[in-house]
Amino acid sequence: MKKRRSFSVGDVLIYAGLAFMALTVLLPMMYVISSSLTPYIEILKNDGIVLFPKNPTLDGYKTFFEESNVYRALGITVFITVVGTTLQLLISVLMAYPLSRKDLPGRGFFTMMVFIPMVFTAGLIPTYLVVKEVKMLNSIWSMVIPGVVSSYNLMILKSFFQTMDVGYIEAARIDGASEWRTLFSILLPLSLPALCTVGLFGAVSYWNTYYAYVYYISDNNLATLQVLLKRVIASSESMLFEVDVEIPSMTLKMAAVVVTALPIMLVYPFLQKYFIQGVTLGGVKG
Amino acid sequence: MNRALVNIGVGKRRGIRHLKKFLPLYVMMIPCVVYLVVFKYLPILGNVIAFQNYNIVKGIWGSSWAKPFYRHFYMFFQSSYFTQLMRNTLVLSATKLFFNTVSSIVLALLLNEVRNKAFKRVVQTVVYMPHFLSWVIIYGILLSLFSQSNGLINLLLDKHFGVKLAIFNSNVPFFWTLVLSSVWKGAGWGAIVYLAAITGIDPTLYEAARIDGANRWQCIWHVTLSGIRSTIVIMMILNLGSIMNAGFDQVFVMYNIQVYEISDIIDTWVYRTGLTQLNYSLSTAVSLFKTVISFVLVMTVNWIAKRFEEGLW
Repeated sequence: MKKRRSFSVGDVLIYAGLAFMALTVLLPMMYVISSSLTPYIEILKNDGIVLFPKNPTLDGYKTFFEESNVYRALGITVFITVVGTTLQLLISVLMAYPLSRKDLPGRGFFTMMVFIPMVFTAGLIPTYLVVKEVKMLNSIWSMVIPGVVSSYNLMILKSFFQTMDVGYIEAARIDGASEWRTLFSILLPLSLPALCTVGLFGAVSYWNTYYAYVYYISDNNLATLQVLLKRVIASSESMLFEVDVEIPSMTLKMAAVVVTALPIMLVYPFLQKYFIQGVTLGGVKG
Repeated sequence: MNRALVNIGVGKRRGIRHLKKFLPLYVMMIPCVVYLVVFKYLPILGNVIAFQNYNIVKGIWGSSWAKPFYRHFYMFFQSSYFTQLMRNTLVLSATKLFFNTVSSIVLALLLNEVRNKAFKRVVQTVVYMPHFLSWVIIYGILLSLFSQSNGLINLLLDKHFGVKLAIFNSNVPFFWTLVLSSVWKGAGWGAIVYLAAITGIDPTLYEAARIDGANRWQCIWHVTLSGIRSTIVIMMILNLGSIMNAGFDQVFVMYNIQVYEISDIIDTWVYRTGLTQLNYSLSTAVSLFKTVISFVLVMTVNWIAKRFEEGLW
């Protein structure tokens, strides 16, 4: 559509602008990684400017992993992420499929049922009291179950199912397949992109679990990685007396940040297209 | 007439068989419906404690009613923190909304002008990434740069000017830290919607504009930007619906008592009053107040957005 142009002044400005924006994201991340590998003395000696570590050390990581709770926190976070995402996908698919069937009696009612919590949120204390009532306080399940269905993700699945060719379903029914078979062996294999999108959103939010712990749990043994990270990095900030000797050094703090962020940063670039799909899938249809 | 009756009878029987056909579908919905009832609808009913003097030992059924029933709401409206909470919530929310929207649009416009596919993809990958980092992680990154004791900026300031900035402990710098970190996290992701809208613009418009002698900036201004104007308006309207959400996740991780004056928002106050001071009824009253306002706003705003869309197409 366009002729090859030479690189104009406008181009330079545009590329420079974008490069600037990308750098504001990249440089802080690089700085964090680099200072996690640099001895604290070295950081101070160089006035903090350590974009590339000179005498790299893994001490920060060693100290972080020596903390007895780290492996536990990692295990708990992985458990929450795996179980939570699986449950979310299962429950959401089982709801989204019937809702996508235009011939289902009561479809409007059940769709409203999913929709209302999106606009009328329940409130912190009433939810807390329900979690308490079902005996989930101080249990790992309080970080899995109360947020297991996301109405938004469910709507994404539903509108995806609706875009699929009804012919498949009818053909399956003529062949005598039950609804369960239709869903699991015909529909789901065809909806892998949507499942990936919703599953990834779920996995990211479970991996980042922090608030469910703050609300419902007072047992240190159930701390997630995010909770541990918050404890490590905030141990000196916002305190009036900064004479504490036990303050974790910058190196340790940044090592903790890297460990917690790494899985997402490694996985995300490869799965980017599924994430973006979520915006366009969910955004277009209500 | 007889025939009609017979037909109704047949219809009814077929109706039952009809419903039976859907039984497996209803069975599928059970887990989700149970979840919604227990974790979404019961708590909505649980808001009734906003009108009680809720006592955790006596429970909802045993607690006495507040006298008058709107006592906690009244207390809240009369209290000194009401104005501060409302102001903090609205100002923070609106400032974030403005800067996030503008930077998302600028980013989308710039990305759209890039012809080099590889460069474009790299920039997109990079700027979308912060969206997936939790606020705790972002707080860690901010500390490495701005921490008063050993953040990069303060180490440099200390060396060259002998001063240190208490960025997390003083009102104005902290406010802008909240706004800018929200832009840092969300601007890239927010651009996706506008990029999608830009791809929907008819390419012949650009050709027509160029034939009319428009230069590049005029094309961006008159074709691209005006082509996504409706998307911008819709996004603005929809975001206004959530103006009462000033970002609890972010503020709660980063704030401290020294900056309550500027950063204590409704949600953080609800958390502290409810779960740390155990003043359940007052906390619930305030959150119910917020929810109702939000609900009305969202409904109004959706209605306006719909009218707007209908008006356009």
